[in-house]
Order: sequence, then structure tokens, then C-alpha cells
Amino acid sequence: MSIIKLLDDFTSEKLTTKSTSRREMFSTLSSFGKKAAMAAVPFGLASKKMNAATMFQENSAVDALQLALTLEYLEAEFYIKALDSGVLDGYSRAEIAYMQISKHESAHVEFLKAGLEGAGATPVDKPTFDFTADGAFDPFNENGIGQETAYAQLLALAQAFEDTGVRAYKGQAGNLMNTPFLEPALQIHSVEARHASEIRRIRGLDGWITGSMRGDGMPEATQAVYNGEENVTQGGVDLTGLTYADDIVGDLNAAVTQAFDEPITAETAVAIASLFIVDESSM
Amino acid sequence: MKKPLVKVDVIEASSKDSKKNSRRKFLKLGGLGLAGSGFLLYSCSEDDMFNPGGEVGRENPMPEPDPDPDGEVFDLGSGDVGILNYAFALEQLEAAFYTQVRAGAYYSGAPDEEKKIFDDLYNHEVIHRDFFKAAITAAAGEENTLPDLEFDVSSIDFDDRTSVLQTAKLLEDTGVGAYNGAGDRIASATYLTLAGKIVSVEARHASAIRSLINPESADFAGDDVIDENGLDLAYDPGTVLADAGGFITTEFTANNLPEPMTGS
Repeated sequence: MSIIKLLDDFTSEKLTTKSTSRREMFSTLSSFGKKAAMAAVPFGLASKKMNAATMFQENSAVDALQLALTLEYLEAEFYIKALDSGVLDGYSRAEIAYMQISKHESAHVEFLKAGLEGAGATPVDKPTFDFTADGAFDPFNENGIGQETAYAQLLALAQAFEDTGVRAYKGQAGNLMNTPFLEPALQIHSVEARHASEIRRIRGLDGWITGSMRGDGMPEATQAVYNGEENVTQGGVDLTGLTYADDIVGDLNAAVTQAFDEPITAETAVAIASLFIVDESSM
Repeated sequence: MKKPLVKVDVIEASSKDSKKNSRRKFLKLGGLGLAGSGFLLYSCSEDDMFNPGGEVGRENPMPEPDPDPDGEVFDLGSGDVGILNYAFALEQLEAAFYTQVRAGAYYSGAPDEEKKIFDDLYNHEVIHRDFFKAAITAAAGEENTLPDLEFDVSSIDFDDRTSVLQTAKLLEDTGVGAYNGAGDRIASATYLTLAGKIVSVEARHASAIRSLINPESADFAGDDVIDENGLDLAYDPGTVLADAGGFITTEFTANNLPEPMTGS
């Protein structure tokens, strides 16, 4: 299945219209996940182009970096376009944050490209992005949705991208073990988490994730970013059943889920990113 | 109150540490620093008070009597257990710090938003701490689990917002750098992912504390911690324990921690 067919299936459900019920929304998303996992997404194509990756014992490390690069391409272009859009007020907290984050995401793109080349692999090409997700959003106010709604969507998408980035890098750490890229990938991972915290706080949320809650004002289409964050078992220990030497303040289950961020698989990360990727091969 | 005595040599940053950090001098413990990760935290005996400059130890031809003659000094251990105990030590420090914060006058008079942040950070660090205790005990037995440490936080003014926030920033940034620098020393993918689950929460904390200190700024991921490649801190254990050692009064050693797998 091509990306564009996937997006067609997804957007034809009119996910963002108010007429869609919550239940329909969730069922659509869960089947979307399955379709995405089966789709031939750019990373499969990329691996065919790759040279022998002599520095890596397994291609899983290269695949992990290609996934990271694709997510960084997405973030880098998003923040550049956001800063160009005029949606953010000059010198506002949001604009200051976007400028700093934009600098980091663009640096990550260059760093990962150089790293892949240094390892004898050909970096994936930058996909063509559509931050409207085929008309579902108008974060840059290009289609007349209005500054206020565009601003809300711009921040919501940033939150989704940053929280996705944190989970995706975490999910790839194991694939980078025993390579020189593990440590820099971890160093990028925590930068994404710093970004996520600030964006969430600008949006009036906690910097950390409670349960699988995407938070007030987040479109339902972003729920896939948060599914699984409700996990309370770490290293085989159910942390809601542990006896703590000091009392936990408030709800224990909430605190336990906040205290640990959860990874996502490459498939889930690709499914989320694919919402914003145009499949040029079918155009 | 007795202060911990940490014997230090000042050395240049090693290549392991990011370029950004080379501006600062790293404190590296002397004596056992042969392989770059050996160090020893000395607790303070009464005799040391006569010689607070730290001129005791191997240079002394007549060593002071062992302040702990019948007890064994705990070593963090080797392999993944060593790294888990190392993380456990840091989580103990963070939990102890936030416990004190919540007992202080700054907290009691703080705006609700700030109280909420410190409640959450306290919760998270207590959970991390007690998780490590349970996990290490299950994996390696109680005898190989770092005991409960004692801390001296008398240098922090818990009535003062700036003192609390600056210390929180230091601890959270150090935690991020510690986990990032430890990742390549972990042999088990399961433990690596566990460390990853925690470090991003520490980074979320660091960001929030930094934006409390300087709102409407880029400090949440400031140029003082993120380098030109967009990479966060990564510290060697020797650096972290030297920095954290100022708060830790319980003697322990970290002489057998694993080296980085890739030597990067």
C-alpha cells in the first residue's frame, strides 16, 4: 500500500470534523495503525539504496538512523515554516522557543546526514511534507483558517512532533547499541524531551505525560502519539504496587506514568510521520 | 555537620565529553583515576577536620586510621549492576533534595504552579529511587544494592527560591548528562531502554526548571547545555560523582564501573 493511499483512507474518514464521533475516531485510528504497519514506507525504499554499512554489524542501526533523519527532516521543515508563517507573535515565548528548537532540529538533520555518510550509508532524501495532513490542519494559516486556530494547531503539532521524537529515539536505542551513534542519539533524545516540555508548558500542560492523555486541545488524530504511555510496569515491577519509603503526593498511578516515558516502535513512528508525508511516487 | 571530603585533581575535559563542556574544568577524582572512571569518595573522619584541604590519602606516608575499620565500604559494582547502582545514587540524591524542598519556606509560599512542579518532581524522583532499589535488589540481591545514602544539603537555602531553583537545575542537568553518558556502558538492551525512559523525564524536568528560572527565553534547552550539533550533555561517571559528591556524606566507591562499549 502506498503512503498516499494510506492518507486517502485516513483523511476520507474526515477525522477532524466535529461530525465524527469519538468512537468512530478511535476505530479509525486503530485500523490506520495496522495499515501503516503494512505500508511500504520510505524507510523500506531507503534500505535498498544503502551501500554496505561497514561500520555496522547490522542494518538495524542504519535503519534507526534513517528513521531518526526522517523525523528530523519533518521537525526541521515544520519549525522553519512555522517561523516564516507569521502565525507566531514576534518576541513571544512561543516564537523564542520555536527559534531555539528550529536551530536544534536543523542541526540534527545535518548531524545525522553526516553520520550516515560517515558510516558508508546514503542518507534518505527529505520527503515532501504536507503539514496540513491533506487539509486536516492549517497550522501556517495558508488556507484562511485564521490566526487563532492556526496558532493552536501550530503548537499542537509541535507537541505531537516532540513527544513523538522522544518516543521514537527511545525505541531505537537498542538498535544503536555498540555503535558510535548510541550516545549522540541519546543526546538528541533528551533535547527532544526538553523541547517537548517547553511546548507542553506553553500550551498550559505539564511538561510530562500523564497516562496516555494527549492533553487539552490536542486533536484526536494525535492520540497515537500517546497510546502506551499509561504503562505502569517497569523492569517487571508493577510500580503501583510498590511500597514507597516516602509518600507519593496525589494520584499514584498518574505519578508512576509521568515518571517514565515509553518507547514507540519504528512502525508507530512511521505511521505518525506518514500523516504529514506526501508520497510522490504516486503523483 | 561533617562535610564530605572529595579528593580532586583538575583535568581538562576528555574527548568523551561534548565540546560545549570543555569550557569548564572537570573535576576528576585523583588516586584511583587510572582508567578514567575510577574514583573514590572519602567520607570525613574527625581527623580530617584538621586537614580540610584534602592532603590525606596515598601521599601520606602515615595514613590516618581507617574511619570505618570494621565496616566495608560499598562499591557500586561492575557491569549493569554498577550502572544501576550509580543511577540509584543519583535518584537518591534527587529524591532527598525534593523532599527538603517541600519542607522549606520557599515551597510553602510558592505560587500553585511552582508547587505543582515540585510535587511532581518529588513524586517522580521518589518513584525512580524506590524502583531502582526494588529492581537492583531483585537482580543482584540486597548485598549488592547500594545502601540508603546520607546527604548534606546544608549549602542549599530551602527558604530561597533562587537557591532551590539553581540546585534543581544543576541536579536535573547533571541527571540528564549522567544517563546520556552511561548509555554506552550498559550491556542489556532492557536496561538501556529503562534508562531511556527515565532520562527523558529528567530532561523534561530540567526544561521546566530552566523555564521557571528564566521564562520567555531559550534556556529550557539553552546554548549552555546544548552544543552546536544540537546534542545534550553527556557526562562520565567520574565527573558526575565528583559534582554530586559535595552533597553525599555516605562513603562508597565506584571502582568497577564498565567502560564505554564503543570508546566513543
